[in-house]
Amino acid sequence: MAAATQDSAVRTGRVTRMLIYLVLLLFALFYMLPLYVMLVNSVKPLDEITGGGMMSLPAQWTLEPWLKAWSTAQIGVQPTGLRPYFWNSISMVVPAVAISTVLGALNGYVLTKWRFRGDTILFGLMLFACFIPFQIVLIPMAAVLGTLGLAGSTAGLVLVHVVYGVGFTTLYFRNYYAVFPTELVRAAQIDGAGFFQIFWRILLPSSGPIAVVSVIWQFTNIWNDFLFGASFASGDGAPMTVALNNLVQSSTGVKEYNVHFAGAILAALPTLLVYIVAGRYFVRGLMAGSVKG
Amino acid sequence: MAAHAEADFRTRLQAWLPKLVLSPSLALIFVFVYGFILFTVYVSFTDSRILPFVDKNGQQTFDLIGFSNYEKLFRLSHWEIALGNMAVFAGLYIVICTAIGLLLAIFLDQKIRGEGALRPLYLYPMALSFIVTGTAWKWFLDPGIGLENILQAWGWESFSFDWIKNRDFAIYTIVLAAVWQTSGFVMAMFLAGLRGIDNEILKAAQMDGASNWNLYRRIIIPQLRPAFLSAFVILAHLAIKTFDLVIAMTGGGPGRATELPATFMYSYTFSRNQMGIGAASAVIMLMTIAAIMIPYLYAELKEKK
Amino acid sequence: MGFLDIKSVTKSYGPVEVLHRVDISAEEGEFLVLVGPSGCGKSTLLNMIAGLEEITTGEIAIKGQTMNGVHPSKRNIAMVFQSYALYPNMTVGQNITFGLEMHGVPKPEREKAMSDVASLLQIEQLLDRKPGHLSGGQRQRVAMGRALVRNPDVFLFDEPLSNLDAKLRVDMRTEIKKLHQKLGTTIVYVTHDQIEAMTLSTRIAVMNGGYVQQLGTPKEIYDDPANVFVASFMGSPSMNLIPARVVDQNGEPHAKIRLEGGKTAQLRFSDPGLAAHSGREVLLGIRPEAITDPEGADRKSGNIQTLHNVVDVTEPAGSDTFVTTTISGKTCIARMRADTDVRAGAEVAFAVNMDKAVVFDPETEKRL
Repeated sequence: MAAATQDSAVRTGRVTRMLIYLVLLLFALFYMLPLYVMLVNSVKPLDEITGGGMMSLPAQWTLEPWLKAWSTAQIGVQPTGLRPYFWNSISMVVPAVAISTVLGALNGYVLTKWRFRGDTILFGLMLFACFIPFQIVLIPMAAVLGTLGLAGSTAGLVLVHVVYGVGFTTLYFRNYYAVFPTELVRAAQIDGAGFFQIFWRILLPSSGPIAVVSVIWQFTNIWNDFLFGASFASGDGAPMTVALNNLVQSSTGVKEYNVHFAGAILAALPTLLVYIVAGRYFVRGLMAGSVKG
Repeated sequence: MAAHAEADFRTRLQAWLPKLVLSPSLALIFVFVYGFILFTVYVSFTDSRILPFVDKNGQQTFDLIGFSNYEKLFRLSHWEIALGNMAVFAGLYIVICTAIGLLLAIFLDQKIRGEGALRPLYLYPMALSFIVTGTAWKWFLDPGIGLENILQAWGWESFSFDWIKNRDFAIYTIVLAAVWQTSGFVMAMFLAGLRGIDNEILKAAQMDGASNWNLYRRIIIPQLRPAFLSAFVILAHLAIKTFDLVIAMTGGGPGRATELPATFMYSYTFSRNQMGIGAASAVIMLMTIAAIMIPYLYAELKEKK
Repeated sequence: MGFLDIKSVTKSYGPVEVLHRVDISAEEGEFLVLVGPSGCGKSTLLNMIAGLEEITTGEIAIKGQTMNGVHPSKRNIAMVFQSYALYPNMTVGQNITFGLEMHGVPKPEREKAMSDVASLLQIEQLLDRKPGHLSGGQRQRVAMGRALVRNPDVFLFDEPLSNLDAKLRVDMRTEIKKLHQKLGTTIVYVTHDQIEAMTLSTRIAVMNGGYVQQLGTPKEIYDDPANVFVASFMGSPSMNLIPARVVDQNGEPHAKIRLEGGKTAQLRFSDPGLAAHSGREVLLGIRPEAITDPEGADRKSGNIQTLHNVVDVTEPAGSDTFVTTTISGKTCIARMRADTDVRAGAEVAFAVNMDKAVVFDPETEKRL
């Protein structure tokens, strides 16, 4: 990245630099704090937490809270743990991400390489759809899912997430393909390639960086969604976030904070993993404009 | 001759394919977004209380009642509280996120050793669900086991911090958690903006004798205008949509101290069976976001054309 | 009827007409160059021949078959793009054979065609590389290879040399010309560079503002420009356009011009027919190489007129020296021999070859 090698024209004195490092480190601590709290308290017995030891390392290490959160904790009425809800989320996220990314790629291709009168307005309408407060669609969506018999089902949530994610994926692919040389498409047309052949043979092989962006974005958003999950699938079909909230908010019995923290980490793990593994590609993909060739 | 006609058909099909490919997405958007918006607007003019709209005997369960839902809505103290909280929350959230984001970006831009390690630390909260964030902060700020308890156990007996349980202060704990989650992202936006500024301009300004303070105030920050605008639009839109965080941290309480329009709409629609009023509040939310987003999107798309 | 016929073709975007009734006909084997400044409509016209843009009205035909509405891949044309448009994810070999593959040509034939083209262009050693690893000149060759392998009726070139540096551009220009002489295919070539147009073409269409200003052989375009635009666009340095008055002296037409210090001069026209315009204000067009030092004047010319004027600036260019002087209030450039000894501020003799002079109407800017 050229930006990293740019020498800053701003010069700072020694004391200023010390202060800057201090502030940066303090903020690093601030951002790490909740993660630290969740991690240490998920591996210590409950009485260590209630005894004022939330910040200290466990005196007695235990994996009990994790096991309990995963497989035996009371979620709603059943002592199933978060496990079934984790799989609910997986079976919702995978198809929703795949479908919305494929649609976004095709839409981006059409909106940049097969432009027609009014395409910008249509794109604007798709883009605005990304930013609506979803409260505005909750009532009719509940009615439609009920009518279709999809209420409470994973298929219903997949539909919902595809609909409200396709604007974003289209945005990403459109911006990416906008700087993809149109002459390549013209050359392929003269070579006799059709609409899908051009997409498949010419554009798609160069689309890796933006596909990563689209997948990460969609994965994070859909995995982390709570509103739709809570509104349309609050029972056995609930996704992970809804189940975690049920676990934490349950008013019966003793509050098992260590189990709550372990559950929270379980719910955060997939997106954190994606972020750790592919976060770099996300930023790079967003910046990758030109395709050299 | 037949071959020729067939070729023409294929050519014409090729001409229609792009629109054909785009149409499923467009159909979804038009039905599920714009159709549904109209539907919700319609519901907001009815006295609907609960789904479905038609009972077992095929009887319609509602009547059109004009604007009275809106009149009722703005007479509700519950809604008034939600709006007041929204103003406090959005104001503080946007200002603090922008300030922290800008500060961190400027500091990180000083050729900092370990920038590569710090950046992901600042950014990772974006990857988390608000429910996870809310859970972590809920228990960390809980007077019984969290900060208050910790400091008292460490010997500061008189320390008291019960904002999350305090009607007057609970909303600020929501601001804290929300800032924690998004300020790193705002930092990244400003950092990208800073890295895009032509270094030669800065060198020229230094030759003109500008101090660091003036360099930032007069030269650099004014050039970050697009980043400020994007940050504002994104933060404002996130603020209005804030829902999960409140549910996870306080459930809108204590009392109604952290109720926001999004939680108001949800409880009126699904728990209180006042769907007409819920719809009216959703329409108000949409109009607020539209007032911010439409001019922004319009300007963006016009530029890129 | 020619090999490639462009008949009354216009192009409009909405209410704006960008090409106005273009009529060009090219014979088989011709090298037709469309030249003009950017925005003149030359690339639009090329894209319409390719089928990449629709024809608003009129007709384009190849070998007598109308191409209106025919898909680009079915016109039997090939195109070399300004950016080369090589597919970045394919090797050079795959780039070259992609078109054949799309047309369902079996693999052995594709391989054969590819190796023929590769040896013709001397790019055999590049076949397994990706375009990203090629130099500008190599990409240019691959782009031509991709066009050649199709064995098309018409080659279309869209400013193919404009992304190359000056030296390479001259080399590739020669190669394209050699290739054309060897293969004898019909070529339509778009450029904004008038030197490319002059050196490569068998015929030139000079375009401006969506109109074809003049269509002719390079010699016709250079020696007999139809209007002021063609005269000043073609040739470098461009033609001197000097305000003058046609006067009658001894029954012969002369151009009366103003020199430094309030003097005037009268230069006899070679064409006696210009007497008809006697008394008129005109623009006298003379190319720099037709104004020389007296020793360097063209001996074959029957009408060399000499005038004396003050030198403004001299610009030695190695092979020649360009000398500027002011005539009738306009800066004029003369092309003198490199060893001419002239200095700024001195009054020297200029030999004007009036055989090469052309005259334009200053109002309509057309030839008289």
